[in-house]
Amino acid sequence: MIDADTRRGLLTQEHPYPGRLITVEGIDGSGKSTQLLLLDRWLAARGYQVRLTEWNSSRLVRRAMKRGKKKDLLTPTTFSLLHAVDFADRLTYQIVPPLKAGMIVLADRYVYTAFSRDVARGVHPAWVRALYGFAPRPDLALYFRVPIEVSLDRLLGGRAKLKYHEAGMDLGLATDPAQSFRLFQSRVLDIYDQLTQEFDLRVVDATGDIPTQQKVVRRLVQEVLRGYERPRRAEAVDGGR
Amino acid sequence: MAAGKSLGKRWYGQGLPYLKTGRLPGHLIVIEGTDGVGRSTQIELLRPWLELDGYAVSNTGWTRSPLLSDTINEAKAGHELTVLTFSLLYAADFADRLEHQIIPALRAGFIVIADRYMYTAFARNMVMGADPIWTRELFGFALTPDLVLYLEIDVDSLVPRVLQGKGMDYWESGMHLALGNDIFDSFKRYQGSLIDEYNVLAREFDFVTVDARRSIEAIQSDLRENVSAYLASSRRATPAAQRPGSNDRARRRS
Repeated sequence: MIDADTRRGLLTQEHPYPGRLITVEGIDGSGKSTQLLLLDRWLAARGYQVRLTEWNSSRLVRRAMKRGKKKDLLTPTTFSLLHAVDFADRLTYQIVPPLKAGMIVLADRYVYTAFSRDVARGVHPAWVRALYGFAPRPDLALYFRVPIEVSLDRLLGGRAKLKYHEAGMDLGLATDPAQSFRLFQSRVLDIYDQLTQEFDLRVVDATGDIPTQQKVVRRLVQEVLRGYERPRRAEAVDGGR
Repeated sequence: MAAGKSLGKRWYGQGLPYLKTGRLPGHLIVIEGTDGVGRSTQIELLRPWLELDGYAVSNTGWTRSPLLSDTINEAKAGHELTVLTFSLLYAADFADRLEHQIIPALRAGFIVIADRYMYTAFARNMVMGADPIWTRELFGFALTPDLVLYLEIDVDSLVPRVLQGKGMDYWESGMHLALGNDIFDSFKRYQGSLIDEYNVLAREFDFVTVDARRSIEAIQSDLRENVSAYLASSRRATPAAQRPGSNDRARRRS
């Protein structure tokens, strides 16, 4: 009947938009959001028009997500579907229009987060790939690879407690949050490593210092901006070159 | 297909790999049919009849999950949904009811009567122009029902029924598709297309079709006959040693 393995939808084709889509992935505490922020600053300083969008940030499912998490109502499947609703909503309103307008879209986490986390929670890998079959392929998908202990140190250094779902506490792997985090996020890491091959993610060593990583990021971004034409600014519209 | 043979039930696609369902001795009966065709009236009549016969019954309906019904209603009111987010929200609502309501009831040996099932999403998405293969893959986690009863009606017979009832509503008239400004014309076109899709699905998925142009009583009597026949066949398919409470069985009409 359904052969989801043979179809990966738009993720396997180049997107048709004049803009550029750059995404970052990595486990919590990998430093990917910091790197994306620095990239955003750099691009803006060079005069590019940039739109930043974050995983699980749409208003549409905020309440359901909150309620589900609080009451522990979420199953791996509803967890996955709610994130897909969030993604579809942001794709419609925040990602595709700027890409069509020729802007640069920076996405903090993309479908690969679902492919790793949701599968680590137990949903079928073919199902979650089919679910996100409508997602355009990024021009550059960065993966910030970091060992568990490094990310755990960073997270515990920055804030007092690990978040429930981030530590995979919903799976009942361990009662101690740090131990649960180790177990759950090592599953996630293993899957990311497989995705790196499958989807051609560009790996950045996230153990290095921040400026060194940012240098690597900027070099990779410069490559995908080759041949990119920025949208004209309003004042330049009437033919002034 | 990945099937839980031991469940006596089959998954539609990949199912829920992380879930240990155990045996599901209950029965999953779906009532499908377009808006206003009289599904809920018929379900209200089926339930006490089954209970008199000694069956425990659990009802479940589209967009009634505690997790998402508010979100769906609000989003509809705000007109911010696309066919993509619509489909995904419905799927999430369905998954919530499947895991928290339908599967536990089936495990406990109930008859679950579902007012609409994934076929409603299949029909609507076809009309709204979503990728049909994607829609089907989306529901790969669903259980295949034991029996699908389809209330079939033509759009000309549907119109007076809806107008005598709660009237034509924005969504059921497909006004979101902007087929025209006239709600009557839009209703006829949208419901006409939906019914066409249901009719195609009825053949593909082996629905039991019941002519819904007739009186409530006549429809109910047809439904009961089909439910009885299904329950009898599922009893016959059950080895005597495993009775009572019909267990793993061959699928009806197979």
